[in-house]
Amino acid sequence: MDATTLLLLGQDSLISGSIYALLAVTMVMVFSVTRVLFIPQGEFVTYGALTLAALEAGRVPGTAWLLLGVGVVAAVVALFRLRHALSLTTAIRIIITDIGLPAVMLLIVQWVAPMKLGLIPEMILTLALVVPLGPFVYRIAFQPLAESSILVLLIVAVGVHMGMTGLGLVFFGPEGYQTSAFSETVFDLGIMTVSAQSLWVVATTAALLIALYIFFERTVSGKTLRAAAISRRGARLVGISTDRTGYLAFTLTAMIGAVSGLMIGSLTTIYFDSGFIIGLKGFVAAILGGLNSYPLAAAAALLVGTVESFSSYSASAFKEVIVFTIIIPVLLWRSLFSPPAEHHE
Amino acid sequence: MKIPRNIIPLTFAFGMFWGSGAMADIKIGITISATGSGAAIGIPAKNTVALLPPTIAGQPVQYIVLDDASDATRAVSNARKLITVEHVDALIGSSIGPTTFPLVDIAAETKTPLIVMNPATGLVEPMDEKRKWVFKILPHDTLLAKGIAEHMAKNGVKTVAFIGFNDAFGENWYAAAVKTLNERGIKIIAKESFTRTDTSVSGQILKIVAAKPDAVWVGASGTPAVLPQKALKERGYKGQIYHTSGVASMDFIRVGGKFVEGAILPAGPIIAASELPDSNPIKKLALDYIQRYEALNKIPYAAFGPHLVDSVHLISDAVPAALNVAKPGTPEFRAALRDGLESAKSVVLINGILSMSPTNHSGYDDRARVMVRVENGAFKLIR
Repeated sequence: MDATTLLLLGQDSLISGSIYALLAVTMVMVFSVTRVLFIPQGEFVTYGALTLAALEAGRVPGTAWLLLGVGVVAAVVALFRLRHALSLTTAIRIIITDIGLPAVMLLIVQWVAPMKLGLIPEMILTLALVVPLGPFVYRIAFQPLAESSILVLLIVAVGVHMGMTGLGLVFFGPEGYQTSAFSETVFDLGIMTVSAQSLWVVATTAALLIALYIFFERTVSGKTLRAAAISRRGARLVGISTDRTGYLAFTLTAMIGAVSGLMIGSLTTIYFDSGFIIGLKGFVAAILGGLNSYPLAAAAALLVGTVESFSSYSASAFKEVIVFTIIIPVLLWRSLFSPPAEHHE
Repeated sequence: MKIPRNIIPLTFAFGMFWGSGAMADIKIGITISATGSGAAIGIPAKNTVALLPPTIAGQPVQYIVLDDASDATRAVSNARKLITVEHVDALIGSSIGPTTFPLVDIAAETKTPLIVMNPATGLVEPMDEKRKWVFKILPHDTLLAKGIAEHMAKNGVKTVAFIGFNDAFGENWYAAAVKTLNERGIKIIAKESFTRTDTSVSGQILKIVAAKPDAVWVGASGTPAVLPQKALKERGYKGQIYHTSGVASMDFIRVGGKFVEGAILPAGPIIAASELPDSNPIKKLALDYIQRYEALNKIPYAAFGPHLVDSVHLISDAVPAALNVAKPGTPEFRAALRDGLESAKSVVLINGILSMSPTNHSGYDDRARVMVRVENGAFKLIR
């Protein structure tokens, strides 16, 4: 292995590591705030990339219809839960936010999709379509079960994952798509080339991680998330709604998942079921970080990216085996030296 | 689960008359991977079901179609259901290796003729008591691989690097590559693997480029095969890149764009149907299929759909003789049907011209293969 190979592999591991870091950090966040091991995280990556691909092709992405569909379901669920104490104004508010807004989004998309507005407006449109799915998923699938055990929530998460993958097949079809890059520029640094797209990925990741840090340290919303993560009961006692924090955590996770999708959509081909394995690698990193430390999870994600790159070079047939095996010693070590997380409840 | 949820929307019943006439209906059971990881291969077959003939030799036919969701367990339960509950006379399936191999045992155990729509040679070789019930509607992968190896030999390729799927598909093609290349003295100097969902193959490609092969052979199917091709081009690899018949669909070109220009692959004749000489009997069948498929589904055809039409075509060739022996729905009819399939001679199909024998249940010759090159976003015949 010469220096060039080493540098190229290093570059490759930094890019995939960045994506895994974003997913790992949001996974830690969702788990600590809502105790949900959010397996469907990867589906937001897929939805982001495939929605952008559909918009680029001038088609109305299936996610626009999906958004309206889950909006209707969420509204029905909300109205049913409040059926004994329902005022007209609340009912109207629920219908406007859950059905009205997605319907307006659908109309906007149907109007602008054939115009092919260019990459940046299409990305914004993609985020506007995919991000609201996060809080809707929380309201439909997890909020009614918020007090259940971690195991129940995990099983629900697996169910949501299967549902979202199946819907992905219906909406996007079985074939893969690639989106166009932020930039086609390639920098020649003598011994190696660096594409502008990869710099974008790393820079966006860094910016998002810093933004998350500021959000948690400096804003009230961020602090309510931290409070709910430390103790749900304690947070409620001081007047923090754990429904709201769950809502917020899922919005953030959907946003970061969708942004990751926008970034890797141009680097590789994305299929309706690509999200699972990408999310799983983020999950491995989150586990390596102990599911409670953001910096550790991010560092572990870079490690996962590195292990993956170098094992694909030296033993490509065993790449996945090697990546997923590294969690065994960590789990062993943690189960011997750390108390199980359930004790905090 | 008592009733599989997918049975209702996927059941196409063409024989409408219940009662005494229904007893003589020919029933053909079809299990395909219309969802899950094999969906890209299974969906074109599903879209083809409506094009199948409603009668065979004057007998009404019922097609019962089930989705196995690319899951081997589901494929097994589908096959058992089709055979024990529906009493099908022949079974067709499935789309991918993992869902097809388990059907062989069931077909042999229940003595039901099985037509497989997967290229793996191991499905019908070595011929034994079990495989005698199995007929393969696709040519062997070695027959297709031979086209690549011949093209390499003709163009002075001495060393080859192979990069394939990390699964049965990739390994089967690797075995076919080793066999056909060794016969021509071409060396494989590197072998790498990747998985369908990989987001990067940079590591593997770096190693291949460092080995400096004259040509690269990608053993992958569908749009995932674009990934190594693109990485090779980005690394500035100048040699010829070969693909398998698994990429013979417009989706490969759509996703690959300029990166797949110049790629060479073997494929069934339908891929270049309009370029075939008029004297070729396959041309008419293939163009007819494309026209009917696209008129019905409003989407471009994919090379995986004709396998189903060919399977039914092959069965219908054997039905008249079997009808003389016994009535449909009986074990005697199934046995006679099997004998009929085995004695098929020069049946013209979209996939090629097929002649079976007791030892060869995938009897295609070189007419089942054309070599094509991707040029200006289309597959062009190499003459």
